[in-house]
Amino acid sequence: MSLFDDQLKTLMGKILEMGGLVEVAIRDSVRSLVDRDSNIAEEVIKRDHIINALDVEIDEEAIKLIARMQPKGGDLRFITTAMKITTDLERMGDMCVNIANRALEINREPILKPYIDIPRMREITQGMTRDALDAFMNKDQKLATDVIMRDDEVDDLKYGIVEELLSLMMLDPSKIMRGMRIIFIAQYLERIADHAVNIAEMVIYLVAGKIIRHTKYPEE
Amino acid sequence: MAEERLKIEVKNLNFYYGNVLALKNINLTFMDKFVTAIIGPSGCGKSTFLRTLNRMHELYPDQRVEGEALLEGQNIFLLDAMELRSRIGMVFQRPNPFSKSIFENVAFGPRIRGEKSMSVLSGIVEDSLKKAGLWDEVKDKLKESAYALSGGQQQRLCIARALAVNPEVLLFDEPTSALDPIATAKIEELIVQLKKIVTIIIVTHNMQQAARISDNTIFMMLGEIIETGPTDKIFTTPKEKLTEDYITGRFG
Repeated sequence: MSLFDDQLKTLMGKILEMGGLVEVAIRDSVRSLVDRDSNIAEEVIKRDHIINALDVEIDEEAIKLIARMQPKGGDLRFITTAMKITTDLERMGDMCVNIANRALEINREPILKPYIDIPRMREITQGMTRDALDAFMNKDQKLATDVIMRDDEVDDLKYGIVEELLSLMMLDPSKIMRGMRIIFIAQYLERIADHAVNIAEMVIYLVAGKIIRHTKYPEE
Repeated sequence: MAEERLKIEVKNLNFYYGNVLALKNINLTFMDKFVTAIIGPSGCGKSTFLRTLNRMHELYPDQRVEGEALLEGQNIFLLDAMELRSRIGMVFQRPNPFSKSIFENVAFGPRIRGEKSMSVLSGIVEDSLKKAGLWDEVKDKLKESAYALSGGQQQRLCIARALAVNPEVLLFDEPTSALDPIATAKIEELIVQLKKIVTIIIVTHNMQQAARISDNTIFMMLGEIIETGPTDKIFTTPKEKLTEDYITGRFG
């Protein structure tokens, strides 16, 4: 294995490490809400700087590799994909911090209603994130396409949550603050899923060299 | 990377071809077990500088040097030339094997330093050829002429020959400019491997090569040092505009 291959492998390792941290942040931020455990939320907020640091580190590493190795073809696509993926992962980390902050607020107030759809959204979103990264690691175009397709489910769940909470809030204005906070969380989860879709789209570029962003359906 | 330790320190070095000042007040440091690349446009003095480090210039009457170059604190210009050249080896632009067998090319250095035992010489030859990544290709034809090897193999043989006397420093003067891309890639990989055992200074007109394999880079122009620094820095965020213009291909 050449020195360059080693360096690419290291870069891949760092992205997977960053992705792993984001997955944990998604899981824990929602858990802090569902379990009404504010300590978990504090932890998510405290750990976000590690994700941010990896974002910078990976960017710097990728820039160095471009300058030093003059990558071409698949190597070039890999490095540019890596740089874009970290931007998405970093934003996903921020969304988890937002969820954790809303959870801290909600946990100080009486419970509004049992959470059913939020954990479901969390499950799909976290799964999309994991699969998008697996697709990246294994250059798996099929799995990437599958991630993109799952986004509609998350969107539908979000609209369901918004509608349900809107009717609750209309009936009882004292529930507006709490309702809004939960709507925000649904919105953050939906954004996280969008970032997972971005990653999956980059994987398709990596594998097939096709840029499919801003098109309606991913081509096979 | 291991701890950084100074290997060579160059102080106030001037170099003259006759009356022409070709290197102007050079001050540089080279770290132990690092690959340092010297880049710069043709005629900037990079090869001239490299050659002063093992005193090649002394072979020409009208060339002279002022200032100091310290190898582990000892002034290179005051050491015994023979001893110096075994401590600081050199590999040239064109492969220049002797018109002898592969074995004798590598055994040459140890032999002239007095080694007579065939078993010791065989051990050195095998070890040096392995370090140069050539052993597997030549182990069954050690008695054949070095000229029977391809250009890239000949260059690796020259590297093995230089390694046979256990140098502390290896100087490479455009070592791949006569080689095809595959042979070049092999030499580059080899240089990166060799820095585990030896300090390497490489002069190259191929900027990409410097970017790929060096830890530190020195940029020279018109006999002067313009900028030195970690290769990562020089090729992403150089401090000097001249360096920026050179690495981006705006002149040179």
